[in-house]
Amino acid sequence: MTEPCCIVVGASHAGGQLAVSLRQQGWQGRILVIGDEPYLPYNRPPLSKTFLSGEKHIEDLLIRPQAQYEKVGIDFLLGQAVTAIDRNKKTVTLSKGETFAYDKLALTTGARVRPLHIAGSELKGVLYLRDISDAEHIRQFIGKGKKAVIVGGGYIGLETAAMLRKIGLQVTILEAAERILNRVTAPEVSDFYARVHQEEGVQLQTNVKIQGFSGQNRVEGVQCADGSVYAADLVIIGIGVIPNTELAQAAGLEVDNGIKVNDFCQTSDPDVTAAGDCTNHFNGFYQRNLRLESVQNAMEQAKVAAAALCGKPIQYNALPWFWSDQYDIKLQIAGLSSGYDELIIRGDHNSSRKFSAFYLSKGRVIAVDAINSPQDFMFGKQIITGKLLVDKAGLSDPKISLKDFLNK
Amino acid sequence: MPVVTYICHDGAINEIEVASGTSVMQGAVDNMIDGIVAECGGSCSCATCHCYIDEAWLDKVPPASEMEKDMLECVLEPEDNSRLSCQITVTDELDGLVVKLPASQF
Repeated sequence: MTEPCCIVVGASHAGGQLAVSLRQQGWQGRILVIGDEPYLPYNRPPLSKTFLSGEKHIEDLLIRPQAQYEKVGIDFLLGQAVTAIDRNKKTVTLSKGETFAYDKLALTTGARVRPLHIAGSELKGVLYLRDISDAEHIRQFIGKGKKAVIVGGGYIGLETAAMLRKIGLQVTILEAAERILNRVTAPEVSDFYARVHQEEGVQLQTNVKIQGFSGQNRVEGVQCADGSVYAADLVIIGIGVIPNTELAQAAGLEVDNGIKVNDFCQTSDPDVTAAGDCTNHFNGFYQRNLRLESVQNAMEQAKVAAAALCGKPIQYNALPWFWSDQYDIKLQIAGLSSGYDELIIRGDHNSSRKFSAFYLSKGRVIAVDAINSPQDFMFGKQIITGKLLVDKAGLSDPKISLKDFLNK
Repeated sequence: MPVVTYICHDGAINEIEVASGTSVMQGAVDNMIDGIVAECGGSCSCATCHCYIDEAWLDKVPPASEMEKDMLECVLEPEDNSRLSCQITVTDELDGLVVKLPASQF
């Protein structure tokens, strides 16, 4: 009688954690993790920070070393893509036709970059940043004094801009909307980041419509609809990601802006779970469906999915949180701010690099952006999840400790 | 190779070889020691790698930064010997380091 086998499709943050959690939660059978990158699970956030600068190397990025997986009997098949899932036969098929049978399946397929297909986008030097090979590719084009144009003023674009500026490149950020971080923060926080980047010598243009990239053998310029041209030795595009749901969809699983999962990370098939960037799930706190792009969600959903696969379901109910490091600024975000009706600023956002922005809805805090203010982040989380009443004057006064709100 | 002893809240003792240059957090994560979560992978952003440094070693570990100190005030059950384990790098001088893990990181 063969031992049961759980296959995990995708070997990044969620997949790596799911495999480990399966063992920790008592899965006795085989665990096989299949990933299309040639690397064991690694930390993605440093790719736009210390890995780009060369401070960290690939070995430093690995979440756990190979020996640890071997110790607990977790097998990896790397550099191989799963191309199909047959839920009737309970098999997965790889690109060369090899099939593997599963008893339980976990989909942690993540997301891929949203491509920009315009004139010249195939030119050498027009790049994206999602994985190690992207980052290594970018490193080849980096050099002091070189001109980098970043397309997209979201977190990836801003972090990359900050790191390239630190290395000594001339950096221009081109943002299509009227402000950077348009969809995720209040105008006051967008303005703060615009100010900081400009103080650091980055050129920032908003309301930009890009028409194409020009150059002979490699990119030399970015052409905009208003006629302006930005010289570039390197272009990095960061305009969002698309969840990898095609495998699930073709296999007949429910998909809607991500692979649909319930509170236990189960898909519409009881033997199949999903976790991480690829999922769409209902969040009880915000009372809506979410597709989150965060390490926290990947790790926590992975643990929930593993528990479900081991027959010990636990409900996923966590407050989303995120972080971003740019220059000397640590941004910690608790919660989701969209739909806020009131903003309270704590600290000086006009001339300092330390303040917090509290987002309220109907009188309760629903999210906080904490800039170099770790206590506002940590206590803010508790205020949010506890749906605590806050005195707005106290919230906006840095001399009053947020701890006071917790005791009421 | 330096050895770090992780004492879990339930009393379980794990004596682990942790290479110099690796953080105390990474040593725990690498060895799948429950009790350290390390959500942010070591960037001093999540405070889920909280540990208590054994009294004998308290003044031998390098001091905490302001950012770390701020985060430490907010962990569950902070004590005077609390530290974020991602901010402590193991060296030959820390061979024998003993840390206790909290009951929970959340």
